[in-house]
Amino acid sequence: MDAKVYSVSQINQYIKTILDRDVLLTNVCVSGELSNYKVYPSGHHYFTLKDAEGAMRCVMFKGSAMRLRFRPENGMKVLVTGRVTVFLRDGAYQLYCEFMMPEGAGDLHVAFEQLKQKLQAEGLFDPSHKKPIPAYPQKIAIITSSAGAAVHDMLRILGKRYPLCKVILLPVRVQGPEAPAEICEAIRYVNRFTLADLIITGRGGGSIEDLWAFNDERVAYEIYRSQIPIISAVGHEPDVTISDYVADLRAATPSNAAELAVPDQLELCQKLQSLEIRAKQAISGQLQFQRQRVMRLKGSRTLQDPMNILRDRGMILDHLQKQLAAAMQQQLAGKRQKFIGFAAAMEAMSPFKVLARGYSMTMNERGRVVTDAAVVQPGDKIIVTLSAGRLQAIVQETEGETYDI
Amino acid sequence: MTFEESIQRLEEIVRQMEQGSVPLEESLKLFEEGTALVAACTGQLDSAEQKIVQLMKSPSGDPVELPFETDS
Repeated sequence: MDAKVYSVSQINQYIKTILDRDVLLTNVCVSGELSNYKVYPSGHHYFTLKDAEGAMRCVMFKGSAMRLRFRPENGMKVLVTGRVTVFLRDGAYQLYCEFMMPEGAGDLHVAFEQLKQKLQAEGLFDPSHKKPIPAYPQKIAIITSSAGAAVHDMLRILGKRYPLCKVILLPVRVQGPEAPAEICEAIRYVNRFTLADLIITGRGGGSIEDLWAFNDERVAYEIYRSQIPIISAVGHEPDVTISDYVADLRAATPSNAAELAVPDQLELCQKLQSLEIRAKQAISGQLQFQRQRVMRLKGSRTLQDPMNILRDRGMILDHLQKQLAAAMQQQLAGKRQKFIGFAAAMEAMSPFKVLARGYSMTMNERGRVVTDAAVVQPGDKIIVTLSAGRLQAIVQETEGETYDI
Repeated sequence: MTFEESIQRLEEIVRQMEQGSVPLEESLKLFEEGTALVAACTGQLDSAEQKIVQLMKSPSGDPVELPFETDS
């Protein structure tokens, strides 16, 4: 008997028909590990799904791939939904994927982790890049939705704590596909015109999808670039977004942001009062110190009775005078003694004492004293001075001998 | 002088006065300045009214400031 002969294409088509008619295979959900993942320039994704025993070829066309909210990586465990059919050209069956989700974690959670790692590696979360928040901001720009509790809570708390600060609201969409672009534009605008010293951006609580705009890469870069410090205030306490990591300061909630942004006027008033008290104490202390100083000086003997100075001076003067007088006396006494001594000596040598003893002094006519007989001639006039009176005489005779006295 | 500058000046004055190396006459001048600053700052806080504006894009495309009404 002759067996029927079929062409390759016929058999391929036959198999395809069987598979296409199968209810399970036209819409099946498969779990497996990704490998050989390749994204082609066309936008189509080709990969292999495998488990411990086997593998399956897969393809995800551009249209479906665009819907992916995370980046599939080799080794990831995923859940894929699609249909299994035959690719006629190769004679192979493939799983044509429509949806792909990470197994275990939600796709957004995976995307969050992927972006967090990427931006951290780029240094966007660097503590050294974070700017200090101004202590007394004069203008705050709030970038958030104009509806909802978040903005009203912030305005209320800012007004209660520090009404001195002007608030500028830039209303934006905070969820949906247009939100990231609007948030970025607002941050750029505040920076371009330096509208404020501080920016608060955020929104109230919600699901990870609701908060997703604040996990957007574009928003992260815009926050990083901002010259004006930014406080990120997204959702509730446990919610952490990429914006929170990049911002200069993270607030757990929008209300918390308002508390972190400005000082509390009640505390400021207390601080002012305390400063005033300290100033008063300082001045009063100084005045008291100086007063005591004056009192001490006032109590001193000298100041009590100024006459004391004079008296004291007077006593010193008296004393000095006495000393002077005594010194003078001594000097005089000394000199007197000397004088008496001299006087006595003088007297002893006085010629008049000699004359009194019987000696006489002879002078020639010219008044010269004669001690040698040889200098006179008989007939010369001489004057002889006696103790009492004088003699005018003429020389009769001279004798030449002289006596040694 | 901004509020922040006033507070900083006030803290500086008190620091100087407490240090004790300022002569009496200058201390009295500082005390006067300090008291005036406390009064000014307290006055600013007491009389301040919160200003809130909203920035909206006008038809011409330029942003414009509008007052923003809060529910309270």
